[in-house]
Amino acid sequence: MMTNLNGIVTQGQFSFLPPLTDVQITAQIKYALGKGWAISVEYTDDPHPRNTYWEMFGAPMFDLKDPAGILMEINNCRKTFPNHYIRVMAFSSVRGVESPTMSYIVNRPKNEPGFGIVRQETDGRNIRYTIHSYATDKPEGERY
Amino acid sequence: MIAKTDKIDIQALLEESHINEVLDKLDQDLVGLVPVKQRIREIAAYLLITKARLQLGIEAAKPSLHMCFTGNPGTGKTTVAMKMADILHRLGYIRQNHVVSVTRDDLVGQYIGHTAPKTKEVIKKAMGGVLFIDEAYYLYKPENERDYGQESIEILLQTMENHRDDLVVILAGYYDRMGTFFKSNPGMSSRIAHHVDFPDYNENELLEITKLMADAMHYNLDEAAFSAMKDYIEKRKQQPHFANARSIRNALDRARLRQANRLFNDAIMHKKETTAEDLSLITEADIRASRVFEGGLNGEQVAKKP
Repeated sequence: MMTNLNGIVTQGQFSFLPPLTDVQITAQIKYALGKGWAISVEYTDDPHPRNTYWEMFGAPMFDLKDPAGILMEINNCRKTFPNHYIRVMAFSSVRGVESPTMSYIVNRPKNEPGFGIVRQETDGRNIRYTIHSYATDKPEGERY
Repeated sequence: MIAKTDKIDIQALLEESHINEVLDKLDQDLVGLVPVKQRIREIAAYLLITKARLQLGIEAAKPSLHMCFTGNPGTGKTTVAMKMADILHRLGYIRQNHVVSVTRDDLVGQYIGHTAPKTKEVIKKAMGGVLFIDEAYYLYKPENERDYGQESIEILLQTMENHRDDLVVILAGYYDRMGTFFKSNPGMSSRIAHHVDFPDYNENELLEITKLMADAMHYNLDEAAFSAMKDYIEKRKQQPHFANARSIRNALDRARLRQANRLFNDAIMHKKETTAEDLSLITEADIRASRVFEGGLNGEQVAKKP
């Protein structure tokens, strides 16, 4: 397992903190809405750090004024995928930026088996290392 | 524990919320509508007292705030809804001072499975503020049992119940048609706390509205134009599709069109000089030229003069 205090996947913002409460999530969404960013909810069950493209849970939410609507969608997603990773992303459409500006995990599986290290012996007895999530040994949808 | 002698300063609560400004502005901006203003004042007082009760801990749950505005077209339902949002916002019952105004088209989809996401999308947009559903009775079409409107109503009902703190729904429509709507959707009726009925404007009020609108557009009507307008209103009221203040707005818009035409012709054909006064003056002729004076929308006039 990778060296990590809580033994959990750490990706995006706030991931070294205890899980965000709904009140804290609302405050973060409020901040993003104040900046005029569009917010979307995404989920996955493949926790590899290089897996940047998660599944979208509904379309990104444009033109919202209040966090309550987004929190409702987050809770819907939690209900549908209680044992998946769920993240909230904020997207800035400002010309020249046009990319995600915030990303944080709001839901994670109860049990995260973590990552193992895989050694591959190559030419001249060199060793190549890669990390491998134990969860991905199983097919999609059955991992957690 | 709440002691019976605990005090709360209603005056301070009133001043800090600044709702008096909104109510005064409502009085100034809207001509007539006395019963509506009275109802809004009552609702505002009720909300203020409930806020005081909440602060003292006598009341635990927030009151139901969903409303229904009934009345003919052009009687100011949308305008009052905006003011209502302002009042609710100032008293802290909604977080955002915004009104999302929708009709059936925005809520109901065209095929199976289209309605729920559409309605939810609208609800998400309105969250924290007021959702104003104009012509709400269209949501329910009894003649078509496969109509998707019912699905939309169910989602709305669910949200009205579960997200009472996040969303205030205001339904609007004709009095009698809303009556049938509520009869066939008792769940909706029982969730609506306040029914406000908007009366039609009388002729004097419409004339006053004319003046206010003309002022807002920076136009002047002379004496003769005003009396022409009076005749116009009398005649227009007898004709179909009369929409109160909206008809007045349309009449003024068309008078502006004729005025512009007249000025243009005077200046180009007759080489007359145009003054600033001319530019903002609407004369009797501009109003008398309306087809309303020739029998209006009835008869063959329509075909001849579109």
